[in-house]
Amino acid sequence: MSAVAIVTERGSAVVEIAGERALCDHRGALVFPELGLLAVSDLHLEKGSSFARRGSFLPPYDTAVTLAKLGMLLAEYQPGIVVSLGDSFHDGGGADRMPAVFRDTLVNLMAGRDWYWISGNHDPEPPRVLPGRSATELAVSGLVFRHEPLLGAGRGEIAGHLHPGARIVRRGRSVRRACFASDGERLVMPAFGSLTGTLNVLDRAYAGLFRRDRLMAYMLGAKRIYPIAGHMLVPV
Amino acid sequence: MSEQPIHFSGEPLGLLPELFLNWFGDRGWSPRPHQLELLARARAGKSALLIAPTGAGKTLAGFLPSLIDLAGRPKRKPGTALRGVHTLYISPLKALAVDIERNLRKPVEEMGLPVTMETRTGDTPSHKRQRQKIAPPDILLTTPEQLALLIASPDAERFFCDLRYVVLDELHSLVISKRGHLLSLGLARLRRFVPSLTAVGLSATVAEPDALRRWLVDQNPPGAMADIVTVAGGAKPEITILETEERVPWAGHSARYAIPKVYEAIRAHRTTLLFVNTRSQAEMLFRELWRVNEDNLPIALHHGSLDVAQRRKVEKAMETNSLRAIVATSTLDLGIDWGDVDLVVHVGAPKGASRLAQRIGRSNHRMDEPSRAILVPANRFEVMECRAALEANYLGAQDTPPLVEGALDVLAQHVLGCACGAPFEADALYEEIRGAEPYAALDRRTFDRIVDFVATGGYALKSYERYARIRKTKDGRWRVSHPRVAQQYRLNVGTIVEAPTLNVRFTRSRGRGSNVRGGPVLGQIEEYFLETLAPGDTFLFAGRVLRFEGIRENECYVSAAAGEDARIPVYAGGKFPLSTYLAGEVRGMLADPDRWKALPEQVSDWLRVQADKSVLPRREDLLVETFPRGNRYYMVAYPFEGRLAHQTLGMLLTRRLERAGGGPLGFVATDYSIAIWALRDMGRMFRMQEYGLETLFDDDMLGDDLEAWLADSWLLKRTFRNCALISGLIEKRHPGQEKTGRQVTVSADLIYDVLRTHEPDHILLQATWSDAATGLLDVRRLGEMLSRIRGRIVHKDLERISPLAVPIMLEIGKEQVPGEANEVLLGETADSLIEEAMGG
Repeated sequence: MSAVAIVTERGSAVVEIAGERALCDHRGALVFPELGLLAVSDLHLEKGSSFARRGSFLPPYDTAVTLAKLGMLLAEYQPGIVVSLGDSFHDGGGADRMPAVFRDTLVNLMAGRDWYWISGNHDPEPPRVLPGRSATELAVSGLVFRHEPLLGAGRGEIAGHLHPGARIVRRGRSVRRACFASDGERLVMPAFGSLTGTLNVLDRAYAGLFRRDRLMAYMLGAKRIYPIAGHMLVPV
Repeated sequence: MSEQPIHFSGEPLGLLPELFLNWFGDRGWSPRPHQLELLARARAGKSALLIAPTGAGKTLAGFLPSLIDLAGRPKRKPGTALRGVHTLYISPLKALAVDIERNLRKPVEEMGLPVTMETRTGDTPSHKRQRQKIAPPDILLTTPEQLALLIASPDAERFFCDLRYVVLDELHSLVISKRGHLLSLGLARLRRFVPSLTAVGLSATVAEPDALRRWLVDQNPPGAMADIVTVAGGAKPEITILETEERVPWAGHSARYAIPKVYEAIRAHRTTLLFVNTRSQAEMLFRELWRVNEDNLPIALHHGSLDVAQRRKVEKAMETNSLRAIVATSTLDLGIDWGDVDLVVHVGAPKGASRLAQRIGRSNHRMDEPSRAILVPANRFEVMECRAALEANYLGAQDTPPLVEGALDVLAQHVLGCACGAPFEADALYEEIRGAEPYAALDRRTFDRIVDFVATGGYALKSYERYARIRKTKDGRWRVSHPRVAQQYRLNVGTIVEAPTLNVRFTRSRGRGSNVRGGPVLGQIEEYFLETLAPGDTFLFAGRVLRFEGIRENECYVSAAAGEDARIPVYAGGKFPLSTYLAGEVRGMLADPDRWKALPEQVSDWLRVQADKSVLPRREDLLVETFPRGNRYYMVAYPFEGRLAHQTLGMLLTRRLERAGGGPLGFVATDYSIAIWALRDMGRMFRMQEYGLETLFDDDMLGDDLEAWLADSWLLKRTFRNCALISGLIEKRHPGQEKTGRQVTVSADLIYDVLRTHEPDHILLQATWSDAATGLLDVRRLGEMLSRIRGRIVHKDLERISPLAVPIMLEIGKEQVPGEANEVLLGETADSLIEEAMGG
């Protein structure tokens, strides 16, 4: 394989999934310029209040941070279609719990766009208090958007759920970042939410999803994407 | 023990009931003066601190008041209520509590005293703990964590209502940690339950005994002190510095040159205890000794990372005197009585005079016979340090660290614990807490913020009110909002946050990544070390060279790499920074040629050449040398303030040089000095007044520069993680599940970043900052140094490297600057991929 990854001036990596051209933005969104579509995954909105209910008081700023980042991306790319790829809320009650000010912000972001809530394991029911359409999966062009990658589905699948992260070791130091993971056929998106962790792409949970010889991790940097070939990655 | 018959002027001895006098007499002993003195104070209801060296009968002294009290107590009539605990004994180690119980059982049984005693530790089965609550023993031996748990239970007040004495063992080691803070708060609570409580503290010699005396009693009125009973030191130890014809190395920590001599010493003694400062030094020394062990002497290894079963085996072997030598780290520092050690060898510099004295106390556990010890310096600076420590030990100098203010994360834990026990009134709890010495200066605003933190996280954004853990009710008291809160608290109590570790599992299959079959577990190793390994790397652990195969879940797989060299050096620097006292002594020695006579010739020659080629700084001066080498320019400074403070200094100096256009490339720090290398000639910059040395070393660096550097530093992140765990912001354990270190680390880092951005004044960031300032960053010491050297910087612009600079120059390349180079590394990795693709 000789896939030399192209990184645009704005720091996005250009990828091809089942023949469709897409940009991996370093802030964690996937953009299909020809389709006017922007996808984000695993927003985990209201994770803070979900933990607070159980007596763990994480900083109550996660929803605000996630929405601000999303707002910035929408303003930049102006997509007509937005896909939130599941686990949009950390739990089923998240949308109802969301403070009114954030709900208003979100509704404003949604205005004038086709907005799809894909259901995830954390939020199997669609958020009733919000506009937008709900679906378990969405087919666009040759692509299929669904929350959990399906073994055997393969070509054209865009999924989330796993929170992929990758790690490199160089000169005795280790760097771990969230990443987009793809073999050119399927792509798994990083978690977009502000308080979400990562799971290494070499973990067993990814078994059978990618052709290992073609796996690329598009690691999220502060200002750009760093495309790293699978064979340079280190487990855990 | 050679007991002198002591004549008492009637009174003190009169305190001893006949039963006890006879018991002493039957053994041919008489009570020691300090035992009687302590007894007199305790019987008069006065709390007291007993300072005595090892082997002085400290334990018996501590318990004598209790035993006499209990012996004279009327029998409980059947049908009357059970009595609560009479004496609470608290030790820093589980093993020590068990050991003391065994020792105490002897006099109790021999005198036939009607006294029940039991231990209560994390290992005590729950049915026994339940039973202890219903029918408490007279003497309960336990740990600070268990005390915190007892206090947080609803029946705490009843359980402790008959408490008369609390005995705090190894107090000097407890008070300097967060465990000590937790214990001080527990003690304050006990005093509220029983205002007449008498506290007895047992301690080794410390630099500031008054701090410990305050620690033992209610700090209302402020500055109140317990009585003190001091036992003069026993026979002077015989300490020597290893003499050798071999060349003493310029740098490094391995002391390989001394192995044959050390082995000879082991052969000439019954049992030798070899102390080192770090686990990796222990591993190295153990391996080197076995390399020369022609007689196959039983030499064992003991450090905290080894598997528990392995450690117990070694301890058993020590008890039965079947070992000739044990290589150990600080795990054996505390006062557990093991075997018949007749020689202590200290490899590497002891870093503190008090630490050395305590470690030497491990040999010959009899107060009146001299201990024997040999110091083995690993490099030339350590020769001076050993010399200074040796003189300090003869002079009886003490350099135990000063006590620090109580940590706020510990306070948060305690406040929740109090609420779990019974509803509290804020005013009363505030007063009670200020009775604890570490919290005597706590201001009300901070206390209120902590209560707010415990209730709802303490955020400016009040969005968690409805999930509050504790709530203020109509009667003005705070109570736990749900029984679940108390249950969770009990699972997470304590202040010991271990660095995340992974099991090291041995496997025979090599080179198969993490798809390997498991073998035996060799021990545990810190995750941050494993992070730096790639499969195929070799390192030293558990006494052998191992090859890293991979990580699977919570285990690290390794295979044998016999015959190979360990390629990755395990972090080799000292765990303990050089104490301020010893640092001053070493500076003094450098400045005074008269004192060089006590040094080996090769070391004094080295100093003479330095005086010739450059200069030796006066005791209070800071020497800064600059010189070119290769295509770089170097600056070496010699503050002697310990590695932690130097590391912080290095970070700040490089930032400043960067701004001044010096183009610094990196730095390295040791206990003694710091070296910075740069693209530009720094000597010229200073000489031409382009950028003054005084400006470079101005203490305003501790303001914005420090703040800016810290923002992204892993040091602060690691400290934050500990504070978040101790304060209960994140939990180690939920009912039914335990988070692994890895999971905790990830989420703590995320929380830290969010807090830094959105609420930089949050109370937990404040706690983190003050922790780091006294701990990993050693800002306090750096600040003291910077003000000491103001106007006293001596600059030598040299044409070539000076003799004094050689040791640190040899360290360059071994250590790296932990900077913000992550993005660079990612960029390089991505680029190398492109090269590969284009070139192939």
